[in-house]
Amino acid sequence: MRLSVKLGGHTYSFRDVREVMGKANDEKSGDRLAGVAAETPQERVAARVVLSNLTVKDICEHPAVPYEQDEVTRLILDDLNTRIYDQYKDMAIGGLRERILAAPPEELAFMRRGLSSEVIAAVCKLMSNLDLVYAAKKMRVKATCVTTIGEPGTLSARLQPNHPTDDVEGITASTLEGLTYGVGDAVIGLNPVDASTDSVKAILSRFAELKAKYDIPTQICVLAHVTTGMEAVRQGAPCDLIFQSIAGSEKGNAAFGISNAMIGEAKDLMAREGTSHGPNQLYFETGQGSELSSDAHNGWDQVTMEARCYGFARHFQPFLVNTVVGFIGPEYLYDNRQFIRAGLEDHFMGKLHGLPMGCDCCYTNHMRADQFDNENLAVLLAAAGCNYFMGVPHGDDVMLNYQSTGYHDIAAIREAMDLKPISAFEKWMEKWGFWQDGHLGPNAGDASVFL
Amino acid sequence: MTEQQIRAVVEQVLRQLQQEGKPQALPKQEASGDALPDIMAVDLRRQYLVEHPHDQAAFLAMKERTPARIGVGHAGARYRTETMLRFQADHAAAQDAVFSDVPDEFLQQMGWTAFQTTCENREEFLTRPDKGRVFSADTLQKIKAAVPAGTQVVLYVADGLSSSAVHANAANILPVILEGLRGAGLKVNDPFFVRFGRVATQDQIGEATGADVVCVLLGERPGLVTAESMSAYIAYRPTVGMAESRRTVLANIHRGGTPAVEAGAHIVDLIQLMLEKKASGTDLPI
Repeated sequence: MRLSVKLGGHTYSFRDVREVMGKANDEKSGDRLAGVAAETPQERVAARVVLSNLTVKDICEHPAVPYEQDEVTRLILDDLNTRIYDQYKDMAIGGLRERILAAPPEELAFMRRGLSSEVIAAVCKLMSNLDLVYAAKKMRVKATCVTTIGEPGTLSARLQPNHPTDDVEGITASTLEGLTYGVGDAVIGLNPVDASTDSVKAILSRFAELKAKYDIPTQICVLAHVTTGMEAVRQGAPCDLIFQSIAGSEKGNAAFGISNAMIGEAKDLMAREGTSHGPNQLYFETGQGSELSSDAHNGWDQVTMEARCYGFARHFQPFLVNTVVGFIGPEYLYDNRQFIRAGLEDHFMGKLHGLPMGCDCCYTNHMRADQFDNENLAVLLAAAGCNYFMGVPHGDDVMLNYQSTGYHDIAAIREAMDLKPISAFEKWMEKWGFWQDGHLGPNAGDASVFL
Repeated sequence: MTEQQIRAVVEQVLRQLQQEGKPQALPKQEASGDALPDIMAVDLRRQYLVEHPHDQAAFLAMKERTPARIGVGHAGARYRTETMLRFQADHAAAQDAVFSDVPDEFLQQMGWTAFQTTCENREEFLTRPDKGRVFSADTLQKIKAAVPAGTQVVLYVADGLSSSAVHANAANILPVILEGLRGAGLKVNDPFFVRFGRVATQDQIGEATGADVVCVLLGERPGLVTAESMSAYIAYRPTVGMAESRRTVLANIHRGGTPAVEAGAHIVDLIQLMLEKKASGTDLPI
């Protein structure tokens, strides 16, 4: 491995793969907080030059956490197809970047089975923003729960009707209005305030009632901890998808109160007792910086740790995976430039792992960002073929106190970019007058048609 | 304190506030006679902008149950102008709460001494959580000197992520807490202010002062519904590096949530319980 380089006459030397990987990242406040960021733009480019000359094997053999110490590493490496890996292992990361950009979709679907999460993170660091859009666009990933997400030409949305006190009638009001804008074909999914099993069951029951009463072809979920989700299912609650936030290391997952075995148990339980047929019955959320926030990053940068979340996720064949990109705050992603970049990185890395990747395009009020920036990210990701976004009333989540994409944003992006909801959901919308010839229909926005 | 006593304190404080007048709000722009109406004054729960609805009354009855921005109508697939501008106004208020300092005049009005964490400016406060938890040795010495020996409860205010929360609530909540605790015979310091302060500042302050209970009132990260929400973090003999679960939190203190005066009375109760049980956070049986 060659870890030093001359750039513009100045020599830059790096200690190890970890340092190269950290310093090759586009600037992020979280990498600075972790002390792994490049000191200067020149050093950043120097690290990229070194990285572009390292091979797939160099990166794959230096996982962020040693195999013996970390069950996430074991799961990522044990899942690789060794023969496909052998075909790519001597390729330089710079060459891999070019191969990904030039390859047809079938080759990408083949190649990914031989790429570890660290390799995918490495190539991501060499991609420009448009590279990330262009490459991701070639990777359509479908998954089936009740309906099938990810068909070409579709853009789906999670209906997120959060409420500051979980008032079921208030949640219902937001849900009904979202449906009229065509939001909810990915899932109707609530973040609960009260994480008790009884509360989760009450909300799931209401969602199931709405789904049955109006014959809505979609999936339902309450985003409680996986143990609560499992308990609700065991107690007979209707549930199409079980949710969990995940991290990119065993220690990070421990901070979330989960393990490989626990997620495996949830998958098995849903196969037996879920109200959907699947086979994809899990929903995961991620986001750069969560490992650092629980001191579980092992000295690695946040892009690499995020990639490892996807390596973990793909083992369990989820129906939905999305980064909640700008939720974590300015100590990890400081401003509009950083969260837009992170959204594009996460979507690309998820897709290259073979995940049906969506994105919660979002920001908090202590970041230097606003709704215009958020709209920019959503349009870029729609162009990249992102499977789904969130749909929140007017973009304002009144429970989590952050801003995301609104019901109107989903509808407008579909119209502007000629995208459609999932086919069965589209037919349902047309029946109710919410959608007509690729545009919002006469009843859009008027939830009182349900009453 | 019994409920009756709490009520008596609350009533007394409210009377005092009315007599003395609260510290003045930040100067707002003067409205001239022909000014347009304030879109931020519109009650979003009652606003309904859907054209030709099937059943407006039925939907409004549901909408009453949530602060979510629904029933907003649309222009093509986009927002109507009024709701778009209201969203921008609320976001501007939220960002102002985060990025502006509590004004010096307000500190003077409240009679607070101000201490600063090791953060040098607001950007550093936002990007370096480690620096917002600690003081320099010199500052810590000054804090120690400002708290009289034998103080049982240390009470202070920190800007956290909302200077607006400090401004909106401090003058209402502090008198309730001080009267309640001192009325019960406890020794409490005269509250001070911490600039660029995070929750865990209470750990160093606890160790330096040797107080039994430390209570910090701190501005929460603003949402669009309110930028004025404050939280109280209270801990029994906090120490640096202790588990977060040892803190008791009372969140959502603002006009639309738990009003400051009511929250103050609740905090008095909590602190007395902590002193009795010698515990806080998840260790405290409530």
